[in-house]
Amino acid sequence: MSVLQTTPLNAFHRQHGGRMVDFAGWDMPVQYKSILDEHKAVRQRCGLFDVSHMGEADVKGPDALRFLQHLVTNDCSKLFPGRILYTVMCYPHGGVVDDLLVYMRGENDYFLCINAGNIAKDIAWMQEQVKGFNCTVTDRSPDYGQIAVQGPRAIEIVQTLTQSALSEIKYYHFAEGQVAGVPCLISRTGYTGEDGVELYCPAGDTARLAEAVLAAGVPLGLELTGLGARDSLRLEAGFPLYGHEITEHINPIAAGLGWVVKFEKGPFLGSEILKTEKANGPARKIVFFKTGDRRIVRAGTPVLGPSGLEVGVVVSGTLSPIINEAIGSALVDSAAVKDELSVDIRGTKIIFQLLKPPFVPLKKN
Amino acid sequence: MSNVPSDLVYAKSHEWLKVSADGTALVGITDYAQNSLGDITFVQVPKVGATLKAGETFGVVESVKAASDVYSPVAGTVLEVNKALDSNPEKVNQAPYTDGWMLKLKLINPADSAALLSAEAYAKIIA
Repeated sequence: MSVLQTTPLNAFHRQHGGRMVDFAGWDMPVQYKSILDEHKAVRQRCGLFDVSHMGEADVKGPDALRFLQHLVTNDCSKLFPGRILYTVMCYPHGGVVDDLLVYMRGENDYFLCINAGNIAKDIAWMQEQVKGFNCTVTDRSPDYGQIAVQGPRAIEIVQTLTQSALSEIKYYHFAEGQVAGVPCLISRTGYTGEDGVELYCPAGDTARLAEAVLAAGVPLGLELTGLGARDSLRLEAGFPLYGHEITEHINPIAAGLGWVVKFEKGPFLGSEILKTEKANGPARKIVFFKTGDRRIVRAGTPVLGPSGLEVGVVVSGTLSPIINEAIGSALVDSAAVKDELSVDIRGTKIIFQLLKPPFVPLKKN
Repeated sequence: MSNVPSDLVYAKSHEWLKVSADGTALVGITDYAQNSLGDITFVQVPKVGATLKAGETFGVVESVKAASDVYSPVAGTVLEVNKALDSNPEKVNQAPYTDGWMLKLKLINPADSAALLSAEAYAKIIA
């Protein structure tokens, strides 16, 4: 067994009672006290997540925009300094390499945030694709720590620690500033469906930043929150997770992410296949379900059609602590989506109610 | 540290048994077990009247992380199940030895409980 990677907050998690698990090769807190309570804290007040395991990369040079337009599916020409774009990057066959955020810092200067489990793969992929473009892709992952402060009180809490006017940073925008004396990229983004910020900082300053946010936040109801709550929050919000709703074999059209695939911008990696996929409709697609029952429908569970035949598979499943029933997503034959879909949980037939997420009302800022 | 009350007996599979003088017993899972499982979201128990063998699976305890079988520490007939757990399974986390009980059994052989672990012996297993 290989040694787990650690974030700059490893000692912080242990001091604060984090229950540590192996997440994609990283030693991370799945919870501190209770996944359900941490989930509710984020919906009602505020949570502090360590997301330092996420990867970062710089894309710099005269061809940076042209390269990104080739690499990712969304239209990076829409970016301006201080603006962020959510996108995926695909293989020529349309499957997803990863989903990522693209930050435009300035002309010819972009910053990417990629998934922890995909850092090596993504960097290798991008360095292969960048050949022939007059720009560079540099892995900056070890240089950055990152914390996410999420929930209705997140902005109020972080504002006590910074001179930057957070109310002026709109959703999917960012600014450079100091938070608790630590130089940060302040990003009005998150993976919970709540308002909040993600703060990127020099790796060595992460613990100081986290301690300051914790101290400022506890009087306002902030809780330390682990990856367990991060997963249930993102699923409740209907956000995809790489390896579940999007994979090398589940393209963005099948995943319901057609809104990040912009054919009008010209050809890009995967565009031909994805165009056909969009025109013909995907053979299988991701659907979201709730069940009206508390039994969790776990990833890997076969989805059954009316005759009992297998028509799909569950890709994510948890209990929503807010609606108190099982929620999840499944990859299902498109032809079967209008039929009654069910799963068998230990001998009990559980019928899916399909819906468009989010599963709970979310306050977008 | 896990709480291991001295007035109960225990199975290696982390269930407890509280025997009454009338030959009935309550069954639940230990503090150590609930803590290992994390937030409990669902408890599946057998029907009243079911007969269980010692060591037989009597139900499932589900947490956010996983679903785990639970085993009857002794042979018995199910007299009662804790219906409160249907809507409030978190009682198993909050009070594993009291409000979080799962079954009330009529022991088939009241002497069976003597074969289970004392609190002291169980505490050593989970140390």
